[in-house]
This record gives sequence, C-alpha cells and structure tokens, in this order.
Amino acid sequence: MASTAVAAPERENYLNKEYGIGSWLFTTDHKRIALLYLITITFFFFIGGFFALLIRLELLTPEGDLLLPDTYNKMFTMHGQVMIFFFLIPAVPAVLGNFLIPIMIGAKDLAFPRINLLSWYLLVIGGLMMIYTILSGGVDTGWTFYTPLSTHFLDTHVIAAALAIFVAGFSSILTGLNFIVTIHRMRAPGMTWSRLPLFVWANYATAIIQVLGTPVLAITLMLVALERVFNLGIFNPQLGGDPLLFQHLFWFYSHPAVYIMILPGMGVVSEIVTCFAHKRIFGYKFMALAVIAIAVLGFLVWAHHMFVAGISLYAAMVFSLLSYFVAVPSAIKVFNWTATMFKGSVSFSTPMLYAFGFIGLFTMGGLTGLFLAALGIDVHVTDTYFVVAHFHYIMVGGMVMAYMGGMHFWWPKISGRLYPENWGRLAALIIFIGFNLTFFPQFVLGYLGMPRRYWQYSPEFQVLNVLSTAGATILAVGYLLPMVYFLWSMRYGKHAPDNPWNAAGLEWKISSPPTTFNFEETPVVTWEAYNYDEIPEEVPVG
Amino acid sequence: MADSPVLATHNPDLQHHFATMEQQTEAAIMGMWVFLITEIMFFGGMFAGYMIYRFMYYQAWLEGSQHMDFWWGTINTVVLLCSSLTMALAVRATQLGLRKTTVTLLMFTILFGLAFLGIKAIEYYGHIVVDHQFPGPGFRFAGANSSQVEMFFSFYFAMTGFHALHMVIGVGLVAFIAYEAWKGRYGAHYYTPVENVGLYWHFVDIVWIYLYPLFYLISHIHRK
Amino acid sequence: MSAHIPTKKFLVTIWGSLICLTVLTAAVSYLELGRFNIVLALVIATCKMLLVALFFMGVKYISEKMTIVVIVAGLFWLFILLALSMTDYFSRSWV
Repeated sequence: MASTAVAAPERENYLNKEYGIGSWLFTTDHKRIALLYLITITFFFFIGGFFALLIRLELLTPEGDLLLPDTYNKMFTMHGQVMIFFFLIPAVPAVLGNFLIPIMIGAKDLAFPRINLLSWYLLVIGGLMMIYTILSGGVDTGWTFYTPLSTHFLDTHVIAAALAIFVAGFSSILTGLNFIVTIHRMRAPGMTWSRLPLFVWANYATAIIQVLGTPVLAITLMLVALERVFNLGIFNPQLGGDPLLFQHLFWFYSHPAVYIMILPGMGVVSEIVTCFAHKRIFGYKFMALAVIAIAVLGFLVWAHHMFVAGISLYAAMVFSLLSYFVAVPSAIKVFNWTATMFKGSVSFSTPMLYAFGFIGLFTMGGLTGLFLAALGIDVHVTDTYFVVAHFHYIMVGGMVMAYMGGMHFWWPKISGRLYPENWGRLAALIIFIGFNLTFFPQFVLGYLGMPRRYWQYSPEFQVLNVLSTAGATILAVGYLLPMVYFLWSMRYGKHAPDNPWNAAGLEWKISSPPTTFNFEETPVVTWEAYNYDEIPEEVPVG
Repeated sequence: MADSPVLATHNPDLQHHFATMEQQTEAAIMGMWVFLITEIMFFGGMFAGYMIYRFMYYQAWLEGSQHMDFWWGTINTVVLLCSSLTMALAVRATQLGLRKTTVTLLMFTILFGLAFLGIKAIEYYGHIVVDHQFPGPGFRFAGANSSQVEMFFSFYFAMTGFHALHMVIGVGLVAFIAYEAWKGRYGAHYYTPVENVGLYWHFVDIVWIYLYPLFYLISHIHRK
Repeated sequence: MSAHIPTKKFLVTIWGSLICLTVLTAAVSYLELGRFNIVLALVIATCKMLLVALFFMGVKYISEKMTIVVIVAGLFWLFILLALSMTDYFSRSWV
C-alpha cells in the first residue's frame, strides 16, 4: 500500500500510527482488522466473479462448447461456495460492522479484540483451504453438498472444501459472538437500546443467526467429511440413512444464512436513506424490531428449500405458511424506508443511488421469494433459473448493492479521502443496469422452464441467455470501476472532512480517519438516533 | 494514554478498551455463555440426527444400546461428575484466594478428566478391535437390523468422539489455568479465566449427562 | 457483580445428589418399561443437567438478566431444530 504518501503532515490516525506488515498482521484494532477483511473478501469476490464469468460465457451458446460438463459443475459449485462463505457472509458484518459498530456505540474497540483478529485468521485459513481445493482440481457437489452425492459418489475434493467452510464458519461464529457481547456490554453512557443506530441493530440480529445457526452447518459438514473418511453411516442410504436429514440440517443454517447476507445490508440502507433524505427514520422501533423478527422467523422456514425433495406434505404446508410470515417484517422495512424519503430533502449522491437500487431490487427478490414459498408455484419453478434469479436479486441486488452503498458512504471515514462523486454515480448506474440485464432474463428463463446447473440448454433460450451474459459483462465493469477509483482516491482524493454528508451518528463526530482509540474521551450520548432535525441541511461537498 | 476512570487504572488485568474491571468481567462471562450456546447447537445437529433415526429405527437403536459397555459408561458418568465437583471447588478456592487449594483441585480435575478419557479408550478398544463394531467395511454385527445398528454405532462414535475431543481440549485448558494459578496469576481480585474454563468444563459434563442415557440406557437389557 | 461464593458443603451436597441420580437412572434402566425407559432416563438426565447448570455453573446466581436470555435462547433454538425437523418425519406416513 502507499506507505510513501506523506505529502501533508496528517493528524495521527489509525492508518498512519504504525507502519509495516507486522503492525497490520498482529493488530487488534478493529478498524485495521476491518481493512484486512476488506482486502481478503475483495480477493475472493474476484475469484468468485471469475467463476461466474466462465459460467456466463459457457451459457452464451446452447451447446456445451467452452467447458466440459464436469468442469461446469465445478464452476457453479465453487462460484457459490466462494461467493457465499468467503464474500457475502463476511462482507458487511466483518468489514463495515467491524469498523463501525464500536464507533457507533461509543466504544474504543470490540469486546474481544484478539478474538476479532483470530476470526480474520480463521477466514484466511479457510480461504487458503478453499484455494487449495480450487487449485487441486475443485469440487462439484453444488454449494449445498447434498448427500449422498457428496458422501458416496464424487471423487473431487469434497473433504477439503467442507473443512474450508467449516473453518470459515468459525470465523463467522466468533465475529457474531464478539458483536453480541460488544453491543451488550460496550455501549457508551446514554447509548440506550432505543438510541442505537439501525445498522447496529441489524448487525446484532445478524450475529444472533451467526451464533445459533453456523454451528449446525459446522457439524453437518464435519459429518459429511467423517462419512467420507471413516465410512460413518450418518447419511448413507445403503444403511437406511435419510438423505433429507442432511438437507434439514444444512438448511437449518443455510436459510437463516440468507438473512446473514441481507440483514446487515438493511442496516446500511437505513443509515444511507436517513442521511440523504435528511430525516429521522420513519418508525424507528418497528425498524429495530423488524430485523430481530426476521432473524427469529428466518429459523422457522428452512424446509421450503425441500418442498419437492420428498418431505411430508403436512410439514411442507407448515413451512410454507411460516415462510409467508417473514414477508411481514421485510415489508415493514421497505415501507418505512419509503416513508422516510417522503417529503424529505432527497439528494441523489452515490450511496443513495445504491440504496434506491437496494430497495427496488430487494423488493423484487423478496416478492419472488413469496412465489417460491407457495407450494404450487414452487413445484413449477424448483431448480430452474427462476430460483437463481430470485436469490441473486436478494444477494447481489440486495446485499452487494448495500455493501457498495455502505463502502461509498463510509469511505471518507475509512480512508480519510473523498472518492470522485461523478464516477461514483456512473458506477452505481452501470451496476444497476448491468445487474438487471443479467438477472431479469433469468426470471423469464426459469419460468419458461430452463433448469439450473446444466452446461447446455435448448436453443430457444439463447436470446435471453445472451442478454444475461451481456449484462454480466456490464456488471463486471461496474464492479471494477469503484475498485479503481477507491484505490486512486487513497492517494489523490481530496481530504475528507469529519462529516462530509452532514450525517447523524457518532462515527461522524470523530476525525476522518479515526484515531486508534476512536474517541478522545468516552462520549456521553444525550440525543436520539437520526436527530436530523438538529443538523443543518446544506451539504458541504458535492 | 487517556485511560479512563481512576479506580480502574490500578488494576493491571484491565485491558485498555474497557472502562472498568466489572465491565470486562461481565463481557468475558457473557462471551463464554454465548460460546456455550454455539456448542449446544453444534452438538444439537447430532442430537437431531440421533432423534430422527431413533424414531425411524427404534428396534435397531435398542439392539445397539444393548451392546454398550453399561458398567464402564456408568462409572465414567460418576468420574465426570467428580471432576465437575473438583472444578466447582477450584473456582470457589480461587474466589477465596487459596492458591494451593486451587492448584490441587485443578490437578484432580485433570486426573478425573484423563480417567474418563482412559475408560473411553477401553470402551473404544472393545468396540473397534474386539467386536468389530466400527462402521464401514469392517463392521460385523450378528443380530437383526445390522445396517441400522451400524448407523447407531456411527452416531455413538461421532457423538462420543466429539465429546471426547471437547474433553481433550478441556484438559488442556484446565492444565493451562492450573499453571497460571500456580504462578499466582489469579486471586480474589481476578479469577475470570478460572470461572470461564469451569463453565466450559461443566458444559462438557452436561453433554455427557445426556449422552449416557441416550446410548447406554434406552434398552432394559444390558449385555455387557 | 459481587460474586456469589457457595460453601464447600453445598457443592458436595449437589455432587452427592448427582451421584444418587446416576445410581437411580442406572438402576431403573433394568426395569422393562419399553419406550418409557428412554423417557425416564431423559427426565433424570434433565434433573442432573439442571443441578449442574444452576449450582455448579452458577446460573441461579447470575445477576445479569441478559445472560439468562442468552441461555434460554440457546435452548429454545435447539428446540426449534429438533421440533421442526421432527414435524417432517412425524407426519410423513400420514398421507
């Protein structure tokens, strides 16, 4: 990194306090660890993106002409595993949450700084194991590791992949544990639960899921590995094992994991929307309770991934009904963001563009989720591109949008520099267009009956697939742009003032970038969250 | 460094980012409990599998249970309960600042822990080497439902194996705090690590309290 | 905080009860109760678990309500996992 950039004598902050690789690798400063995470997950984002690129290129033509079928299986498997476990799940909590939660609650650091560093190392170790898996020939179970395919029928590196995710899972558990204790125990005087920023609430809800769900995934993948290594008969159908047992255990975690991937995004959007509408959030209490409700309800719906797998019809009806309940708090969130903007003085800065994108795309993703929760429709679209489009609307259209919005919103705080606003808006627009062009055709494809996870398809689907691949190319440009101008701004960007957006929240009351211990003295909070009526409106920078 | 309240600055065990010792202790204890609920869910996955297959293959589960080492299992339960007592007493001794008693009690805890692992090893030896009951190609079982009994033994080895792994880690942790206690690291002013290791140890005990009936006691016939 | 320090006698009494319950559960396991063998065994196990948790782990003396919530949440989530996955297996034969 630019260690030579000592143009102007800067105030001492967490970035320039110490130099050298050791001061980063052994740091316990939550802000530095956040940056370590940022570098790590960006790396994995591009690896996962590379697999996505190959998938889309293969699907450009109906014939299987670029990849062998087995290679194609590996591509979508590793795309899913890398993107989910090494990018999406750590994305907002481990980068933005790590950086911001202690500051937002007025603390010097997380409750357990060394455990925080340990969880980054665990992610890196898990990541190295994943890279080993990739380089040594890959894995083709699908990201879901369904048994008995994964336990008895494949010769690929299932064990290495399962253990990689096992280790990364413990990184996630420790992050969640740290957040829960921090939010309970480290709040500054006056920072009551009803004054917490919604970003903190969202990460708290996420942490609940990480702590309660991830261990089940860990043991499940461990049992798969043990079944392969020691021939244990946990899932083996030859002995009478039930393949659905694996699916129950897997989805017990992996459905709530979807909320690990969306709740922190909702927190980011709440911050951005209030700031750029310059208004207090509409219905603060409902917003806070809604994220908790989503976290809890999220645990009651997992078997909707198994409707056609052979579960009992009655259980399917129960799970279908419960799935609908999740829509209630989700809708509360969408309505309240919209109501916050109503009669606000909305400015269309880059983070706000991403927030708009999030709200729209999340709504589409969520509503199509209701289609899938309906037993009848689910039978028609199970394992088609409809499902693929649905969850990409949630994860990419939702979470990645929110992540990008959050990165732009807090970049001045993180780096102390401003990014070029016009480039930012352009990138946001490109991403929005690219995203929709990529994934909207997939809804149609799925509804028409194109199944997922095949390397070739009927010729009549080609037009829509070409559109999708074209969109993916645009999307890739959209993701590369911010990467370039963020790096550029670290050296050449204008120095950021402490509060470039006139935003509320403790993080904007300290210097940009913050000092190592964040606050000169422990703040005493006497105001409610989002007190925008007390903050002047004019925006100092464009 | 602007390290806050006056009363706190004197305690060398206070880390910089906490305001008071009390806050630090509460955070550590709460962190341990949060960790323990992750452990509940970790074992919970296996308990769920056990429960479902017991529901599906009741006869085979009875059959398998009859081949457990009933007496070794019962003795091991008693051994583990003894270790929990010495652990609880050790925490008490630390709170009272009794250094030597603490170390002695922790040594006893380790001893009981190792005894448990030793007995477990005897049982494993009997099952694996003598009776060929380890799942896989080498599995031998004369009675009915042999496939499902093989699954029973899979759960037996997975669940007691993970429990034993937790015991090994526990013994390591107790050894570590015993060493620290011996050096005089803890006392009435600071004993959170002892308390936390105690919580972990008791939790592992609780897991066994459930494993014991689920594997050894579900059938009224005890062949061993 | 003001830690609660139990007496030695009290801890030994709890341990004695645990041993008695162990002997009891081992003894009643010889009775031929059919499916109720496991029910009885689990009831006794739960009593033992409560003794260990409340007194050895000091749950009874935790002043902080939030920690209690954490513990209850953990048990409740275990219940969700067991109960909701059982709904499937329980009702599969109904059709």
